Amino acid sequence: MRPTLARYIPFVVLVGLVVAAQTALSALKLEFYLTQLTMAAYYTLVALGLCLLMGYAGQVSLGHAGFFAIGGYTSAVLTTVNLAATGAAAGAGAAAGGVAGAAGAGALIGLLSRLGILVTGTDAYGGQTLTVLPWAAFAAALLVTAVVAVLVGIPVLRLRGHYLAMATLAFGVIVARVAVGTRIFGEADGISDVPAFRLFAGLAISGKKALRVQNYYIAWAMVAAGFLLLINLIGSRAGRALRAIHGNEAAASAMGVDVPRHKLAAFLLSALYAAVGGACLVHFNGGIGPGEASVMKSVRYVALVAVGGMGSAGGTLAVSTLLTFLSLRGAFGQLDDAVFGAILVAIMLFAPDGVFAPVGGWILRLLRGRRGARGAAR
Amino acid sequence: MNEASRTLLAVSGLHHWFGGLHVIDGVEFSCRQGIVKAIIGPNGAGKTTLLNLIAGSLRPRTGSIAFDGHPIAGIPPHQVAARGISRTFQATRLFPRMSVLENVMVGSHVRGRQGFFAGLIGPAATGREERRIRRDCMAVLDELGIADLAARDAVSLPFGRQRVVEFARALASQPRLLLLDEPACGLNPKETEEIGGLIADIRARGITVLIVEHDMSLVMGISDEVVVLSYGRKIAEGTPSEVQANHEVVSVYLGASDA
Amino acid sequence: MGADQLLQYLLSGVTTGSIYAIVGIGFNIVYSATGIINFAQGEFLMLGGMIAISLAPVLPLPLAIAAAVLATGLVGVLVQLVFISWLKNPAVLRMIVITIGLSILIREASLHVWDEKVRALPFFSGDETSSIAVLGARISPQILWILGISAVLVAGLTLFLRYTLLGRAMRACASNTTAARLCGIRTSSLVTFSFFLAAAMGALAGCAVSPMTQTQYDMGTSLAVKGFTCAVLGGLGSSTAAVAAGLLVGVLEAASISILPLAYKDVVSLGILLAILFFRPEGLFARRAAGVPGRAG
Repeated sequence: MRPTLARYIPFVVLVGLVVAAQTALSALKLEFYLTQLTMAAYYTLVALGLCLLMGYAGQVSLGHAGFFAIGGYTSAVLTTVNLAATGAAAGAGAAAGGVAGAAGAGALIGLLSRLGILVTGTDAYGGQTLTVLPWAAFAAALLVTAVVAVLVGIPVLRLRGHYLAMATLAFGVIVARVAVGTRIFGEADGISDVPAFRLFAGLAISGKKALRVQNYYIAWAMVAAGFLLLINLIGSRAGRALRAIHGNEAAASAMGVDVPRHKLAAFLLSALYAAVGGACLVHFNGGIGPGEASVMKSVRYVALVAVGGMGSAGGTLAVSTLLTFLSLRGAFGQLDDAVFGAILVAIMLFAPDGVFAPVGGWILRLLRGRRGARGAAR
Repeated sequence: MNEASRTLLAVSGLHHWFGGLHVIDGVEFSCRQGIVKAIIGPNGAGKTTLLNLIAGSLRPRTGSIAFDGHPIAGIPPHQVAARGISRTFQATRLFPRMSVLENVMVGSHVRGRQGFFAGLIGPAATGREERRIRRDCMAVLDELGIADLAARDAVSLPFGRQRVVEFARALASQPRLLLLDEPACGLNPKETEEIGGLIADIRARGITVLIVEHDMSLVMGISDEVVVLSYGRKIAEGTPSEVQANHEVVSVYLGASDA
Repeated sequence: MGADQLLQYLLSGVTTGSIYAIVGIGFNIVYSATGIINFAQGEFLMLGGMIAISLAPVLPLPLAIAAAVLATGLVGVLVQLVFISWLKNPAVLRMIVITIGLSILIREASLHVWDEKVRALPFFSGDETSSIAVLGARISPQILWILGISAVLVAGLTLFLRYTLLGRAMRACASNTTAARLCGIRTSSLVTFSFFLAAAMGALAGCAVSPMTQTQYDMGTSLAVKGFTCAVLGGLGSSTAAVAAGLLVGVLEAASISILPLAYKDVVSLGILLAILFFRPEGLFARRAAGVPGRAG
């Protein structure tokens, strides 16, 4: 019983810290920090997903910002594109397939409207607007991400080492180029005026100052949930299979583990984590830009996972929150990218198992109360 | 048919080559249930390749391999494992960053069912199966006398102990056929003797063992039957004493002495 | 598409393609010697251009370029000695991440030394308005310089590897490091030299393209990806094949402008990379199957 319960300690610690931080900041009238902490939470979701993929399953991904962007842009586009503009819908339909296309587009809109996922509103000029309900857009974002992750993952995960790294890098760059080069995605300016995401019981993901505390808890509740799911997974049969794959693919296969399937599942799950982060942040920020898909962003996520310790979800969570928060506050100023680059190099050179490895191993031994395990794994 | 003399594994017309090298040249043999059968031969004879072909990590160019009557040639390793064939590796391939118990629990992967979804939900969905697997794996460790090492980091153990852990991991799936790839490799005589005892225990439990091995004392001491390979061909098959007396076998090992 | 336009695309493609090929060769040189893919390879082109541009006002152009090539070569040596040489048997993932981090550091350092302005070397002969008639099209003489320099680099490298003692030692080291060491070859020095060579070649290529494509602090990443595409397309480790691959990629990319919007130009080379990785990671010209990077020894 003991090992099973002990692994939830980091989760409890997380919840405690989240509540403590908010209480302290509100008391000290420093609530504006909550904004960056909320943003850091959504970015940390990406890092958590990547930790599962890189740290536990051992598959490098240099393009994970791509999934964040796919989630974010899908949600942003669907909640801002005005389907009522007769020009837009009919024109798109007509361009696609003539008169039948235009009629088809109209029918599609009618169907969506009947499904109740469209939202009416008025734009700045008093014209009618028709956009997709944020809930539906969110679901669509996850669906699109899942489809892309599976289509990309199946061929990519057959690769190893440099080839896998480059393939994921290429994927990320393709997403970035498409984001910056396509009109519907706002090209270099991205998409703005993304509406709030009304959840339930009066809660909404939105950047409004009045809802700051609420959004902080929404974001961190998601991170906590994501963390909890991860803890569960790692301690389960599937989690062990992933770690076995990371350790030795041939041996894992010989033990009955369907390696390609497990890798794909880990890839898909980590992509979904990133997409959730993107799809939510886009409503909090009210917009998204092509920079979110950049190589630099992908490298940052890798740096966060590496520093936190490849195989440590808790470490990744801590490091990601801290560094992302500092970066968002501008603590690194002009040297932001350089700092992440330097951190990456330093960690990989001197502490490839992450900063917490020596400390963590010591704490773990304390928790287990055993003196037997001499030296951490290499 | 007598349960004990039922054919469990049947290899026939097996051919495999790497590039221009014909490593397995028409090998044919069968293995009855419940025995220990050894595959021996000089270096380069193709013994490990043969094992890899049976275990599924290689797909034979031609030929057939039947396990309990069902063809298994060319099916991927994880499906071979699901059918009840388990294996160890010549150089131990324990999983790093995992404890001994966790290594063995991966060994029993085929005896579990919960996947990603259940895994995410956690103990509510997986608790019962997890407890059963953990209990069964601890029992395996116990039987092999290494229960006290359960929480140890597997790859940090001394070599001889790692070998035993590999055994435990292979046994955790409750296989019907166990493939051992040079289990005595790198062990001293005393450790080799222990391995021999271990193999005898395994046989006593009704598990069939196919062992590739160089160490003659182990082979002759523990095997019921022996197959001798040379340059990818089977040159002899029979009981240990029959094979020992076979002239061709002797010459292949010691070098033909032309009059 | 008229013959004129076709020729234009061809020439443009061959020009950029030859640069991609040089980057690919740089990857190959380091990979052959060490098994490492040096993600920072693209940065050497940027550094060469930038350093030459800084020196151009005070030195005659050929000297400025020579100095830039030397300096960049030394940067390559520095990178290898400080960050890579003392690692014992590092995991592939670790090396990938380190070289990516290094490319970022080099890029950011450049940003701070030279800022983000786009710069260019003066044209090697004439200026931006001069043109020469070739096969009925009018092209800038710089194109001939680029093609010429690339050809000399490739030919020089091939001759070097085949006929000089040092070159042969490098090939031995690439083919089987242990055996090479047993023959008395100082493999560690060769590794350092291969970094120097890859960096210097990249720097020269970077100078050659600077008048036409301009030099900017962040041009390295895109070049690295395209160069890697060429290296893989030709089969990792084979420099001559990288040339053919480079020309192919360059021409395809140039031709794609007639079909795809300009913003998607990079997607072409990326698509080629993914296609090669998925279907034939050993490259178009290799005979053995690959899948996992590795060399003997």
